Order: sequence, then C-alpha cells, then structure tokens
Amino acid sequence: MKKVELAHGAGGILMREFIEKEIKGRFKNEELNKLLDSAILKNKNKRIAFTTDSYVVSPIFFPGGNIGELAVNGTVNDLIAVGAFPEFISLSLIIEEGFSFEDLEKILDSVKEASERANVKVVTGDTKVVERGKGDGIFINTSGIGFIPEDIDLGYHRIKENDKLIINGPIGLHGFSILVARENIKVEGNLKSDTASLLELWKALYENKIEVHFMRDPTRGGVQGVLNEIAKESGYDIVLFEDNLPITDEVRGLSEILGIDPLLMANEGKMIFFVKASDAERALEVLRGCEFGRESKVIGEVSKSGGSLKLLTSLKVTRILDMPYADPLPRIC
Amino acid sequence: MKYLYEFREGSKVKLIIESIRKICKGKWTIMEVCGSQTHSILSAGIDELLPENITLVHGPGCPVCVTPKEMIDRAISLSKMKDVILFTYGDMLRVPGSKESLFKAKADGAKVKMVYSPFEVVEFAKNNPDKKVVFFGIGFETTTPCNATTILRARELNLKNFFTLIAQFRVPPAIEAILNDPFNKVQGFLAPGHVCTVMGIEEYVPISEKYNVPIVVTGFESFDLSQGILLLVSMLERKEKGVKIQYKRSCKPEGNHKAKEVINKVFKIGDLKWRGIGVIKNSGWVLKEEFAEMDANILLKEYFDEIEETKEGCVAALILQGKKKPSDCALFGKECNPLNPLGAPMVSSEGACAAYYKFKR
Repeated sequence: MKKVELAHGAGGILMREFIEKEIKGRFKNEELNKLLDSAILKNKNKRIAFTTDSYVVSPIFFPGGNIGELAVNGTVNDLIAVGAFPEFISLSLIIEEGFSFEDLEKILDSVKEASERANVKVVTGDTKVVERGKGDGIFINTSGIGFIPEDIDLGYHRIKENDKLIINGPIGLHGFSILVARENIKVEGNLKSDTASLLELWKALYENKIEVHFMRDPTRGGVQGVLNEIAKESGYDIVLFEDNLPITDEVRGLSEILGIDPLLMANEGKMIFFVKASDAERALEVLRGCEFGRESKVIGEVSKSGGSLKLLTSLKVTRILDMPYADPLPRIC
Repeated sequence: MKYLYEFREGSKVKLIIESIRKICKGKWTIMEVCGSQTHSILSAGIDELLPENITLVHGPGCPVCVTPKEMIDRAISLSKMKDVILFTYGDMLRVPGSKESLFKAKADGAKVKMVYSPFEVVEFAKNNPDKKVVFFGIGFETTTPCNATTILRARELNLKNFFTLIAQFRVPPAIEAILNDPFNKVQGFLAPGHVCTVMGIEEYVPISEKYNVPIVVTGFESFDLSQGILLLVSMLERKEKGVKIQYKRSCKPEGNHKAKEVINKVFKIGDLKWRGIGVIKNSGWVLKEEFAEMDANILLKEYFDEIEETKEGCVAALILQGKKKPSDCALFGKECNPLNPLGAPMVSSEGACAAYYKFKR
C-alpha cells in the first residue's frame, strides 16, 4: 500500500509530483494553477471576511464525514457567520510519515466535493510531512476569505430584545458521533456527524431579505457555550426554551447514558440565527426550504438586558445555563 | 423515547405539584439522598414550584464528591509508577486530591485513562501482560455489582497484572448517620431509586421503624421526583412511617438477586471514610481476603496521610448532612467554585454545591 513519505513534503521531485497530481489536479482554478508563493485575489471593493481554523479531529474518518470536508465546512461556516459569501480557501496539510495514500486521496476528494458545494476555490496551500510518531495521522489547516455584501451589518450591536433564535436542526450530532467513534461505544441507530456547509441557508435568508441581526455556528462548547458568550458580549439575557430544543433519540439516549448535555456538544452543520421577531415565521419558512434547514426551529429569544444565558424548563421555571469550563466528561452515575 | 420523555412532561409534573400544594399542611424538611436527584430537581426547577413550607435538603449521594482526598492522591501516585496504567471513570479526573487532580497529573505524563466500562480495563490487562493495570472504581451500590463482576472476570482469566483501587460506598449507614445526629432536621427521605433497584428495600425498613421516618424510593426524572415528594408528604401528613416505592418500573422490594450475589462474592461490609463527613461505620464495601492480591494499595510504597478538610468557612459537612444549603455558605460561588472546589459537594457536577452553582446563581 502506498504511504506518505517524508520526501512528499521535502521540496523535491516527489513533492512536486504530489502537488501537481493531488492538489492542482484536483482543485484546478485560475488562482491556484499559477502555483505562486501567494495566490493573487481580486478585491471586489467589498468588506473582506478572513478566518482560519485547524482541524485535528480523531478519528480522521467518522460516521457522517472525514477531516477533509470538516476542514472546508468549518472554515466556510465561520465566514458565513459574519454574513460573508465565501470565495477562497487555503489548504495546509500536516501529514505523518507512513500515512496511507489511499486515505489521503479520500480526504482530498472530500475537500474537493465540499469546496464545490460551498462554492469556494482552493487557491493556495502547503504540505508538510512530519516524522512518524510526531503527528496524529493528518492535521489540516484552512483559512478562508469571503466578501460581505454592502447591505449586511451583523454583530453584537445588532442584537435586540425579542429577537428570535432559530437553529437549522438537531443539536449535538457531531460531538456525539466523534465520541462514539473515538471510544468505540456500540450504539444502534442512525447517529452521524452533521458536517455541512451552510451557504445555502445564508443565501436564502439574504435573498429573501430576512432581517438577520447575528449568526454563530455552535461548534466547540456547543449551543450553551456560544450563547453564553453572545449573551455576555451583547449585554442581553438570552432565554432558551427546553421544550423546543431539537434533539434526536440517538443523541438523547447517549446523553442520558453518559451524563453529557447535548447543549454542550459540538455541531458542525448548525447555525444559530438571531432574527428580528416579526421576520421569524418567514425565516423558518425560507430555512425549511433548504437541504440543511428542513428541521429549523425557534429555540429561544433575546430577553431584557442582563448578559446571561437562561433556560425556560418544561415546568416553565427559568434557570441559568452556565458557561461550560472544558470538554464535558461522562459521569459515574 | 420510551421511559424518558413521558416522565419529563411538564404538564403532568405540574398536576402533581398542584396535588402536593393541596395536601401539604405542615412544615416539612425532606432530603433527596442522591446527587442525580438533586441535579434533576434543580435542572427542571421543581424546587421553585413547591409550597414554601417544604424544604428540600440535599444528601451525600454523590460518590465522586465523598471519595476522600487521600484516595485520589493514591490513584495519582499509582499512575506515576513505572509500568502502571490507571483507568477510571470520566468525572473522577477533575477532582482535586491534596495537591492535584488526575487530569493535571496526566498532563504531566502520568498514565491515566478514562473508561466507560470497567470491562475495557480487564481487556486491556489481558492484552498487555507486561503492564500493571489499575482500575480506580468508586460508587454506591449502583456501581458495586459492575465493579465486582469486573474483579470476578479478572480472576476468571487469572490475570496477575490487574489491580483495583476501590471506594465503594453504602447508602443506608449514611442515612442512619444523619438520623443519629442530635441536630438532625430531616423528617423524610427520598431514597435513591437505582441503589434500591440493586439492593431492594430490606435495609431501609428497619431505619424507618427505628427512627420513625417515612422513606420513598424515588426515580430521577421530574415526574418521579414530584411523585416521590407527593407520596412522602402524604405520609408525613398522616404521621405514617414505612418504606414505599415510587420507582416501581425499576425497583422491586427484594432488589436484584443476581447483583447482590456478585457483590457478596467479592466484597464484605467495612468502615469507610467519606470526604467532608469522616468515617462512617459499616458504610463501605471492601475487598474480601481472597481478592487481597488485587488490591492496588499493595503496589504503593509510600504512606498517605489522612487529610482533613480544614478550609475555614466551608460548610461542606453540614451540607452533606442536610443541615445547611449551599447558598448558606459564605464561600459559595466566590472562593469556592467548580474550578476551585474547597469542599466535597463542589468537586463533581453531581454534588449539591456544584448543582447550585450550575443552576441557581
């Protein structure tokens, strides 16, 4: 079986071949084809959104996806979250010596598919191979550039009392899928990661002129982690409705067995939209028409000034939802 | 989801709470013994809906919280020994011993692994005969049968490299310790449903008789807890003692014969120290002599001092005995928080102080 060698990252013939065949051959576009030290991009006289993220997920292949599409979708969604339309991404690979070439090709194929779906071009990148034992198979870094339309202004300053919080589907899928795959927990059911690009959702909301005030993708820290941050930064209390939280049976079951709240688990294909109250119904309609928005739901609202995250329980009692302090740990009983 | 959603429906729970309001005339102090019950009550907000003359106090039923500091020190010391790998449950990792937690020790290179099932540890020991494998297993009667089965499995495989560090607590002696206290205020108990599913109610009947208190074996969902409170309050109002089972879908009066059998094969009753409370007579399960060679303590070369909780102002002991609430403590949420726990009930998410910190600040 063909394996990645140190020479694949050493600047010689093998690396050149690798880049020509595996990178340029796959991602061909005007900007990348030149293979310059930097890609030269055209500024369209719009505000530029720029983000970067590193992907170190273990296992590399998990139910519902792999590190490749995750690296594209994660960065693309970070651009979308500030209202940008993503256009370019970079792709940096740090590969451990001896990594299976077949797996690498699978990963690169899913980078290609995901970038096509998200309408972004891979325009620059880097490949490094580290000695066996100095990496965990493969790490990927992607940076992304997108452009923000002039009529879009998203930010903490736009969050207003009564804004409705909409999420585009069930929570905790990615976090629990990774946990189950990593720890080899045997569960029945159809649990898989939700990794997806959310471009279609944002495009639909934008084109339908829904008044969106803020967006955030609840990745690490989960819904509870990111909303705590938003409550604090915006200065408003945010109230989640326990009865409205979309949770699948698989996630609920695991959460009960392991004692880990789905609100704390990472999502990779979800966005929380803060929408003007009077636009909420229309926003739901628009989102539900999109592939990754069919199960969209209002899960909460912005309340009075304060700065904390709260939960309205099934018993209609309000309690706080604290900032998590690290990765959740399963409990004994 | 069956056996879950139907026991969390807000509308049903509200009806039960209405009934509690109707029948409750006296002023009652009730203890839910188990940390998961405390967690569930606060998480759903049941405490906020009860009539004012019912006071819920929170019991010592969080095994992570009551595991003594020196046990954690021992576990850390073991995990740093050559050729030793220590396995434990997730929520044990963050609990501080006298100097550090297993998490911090792990970051420093100690060999600590988290497990979901202790059988994984036996498998690991079988496949790695050159390593000494230690399972740090704690819990109440709920985890005892599972830990006992693990030990029996290791014996069956004749593993010479499998060891256990065990802190296995028993609930009934802790309830008696609370009732024996001259300053006790608790008038009725919600007993832990899972513990009684294993052990049955046999041990609780004499306690109810002797101390003249009603006990209701209760489940963990908001419906269970409100129904348990309703049953208990109606017994209190009628001055009735005895043991009733609310958690009938799981708990039988005689318990689980098979589980009790494996416990008795491996363990015998012994005295145990509870963090924040001290030694309670007969409150633990300790390894029987024939399993002494699996006791990880024999690997240890150093002696571990018993550590007292001395933080001035911390009322952990009183909270664990239901004499005070976390919110009565001056340190609560200030110097003492989940990142820097000063007393036992703050160290695990199931502890009463941690639950207050999480839900009620």
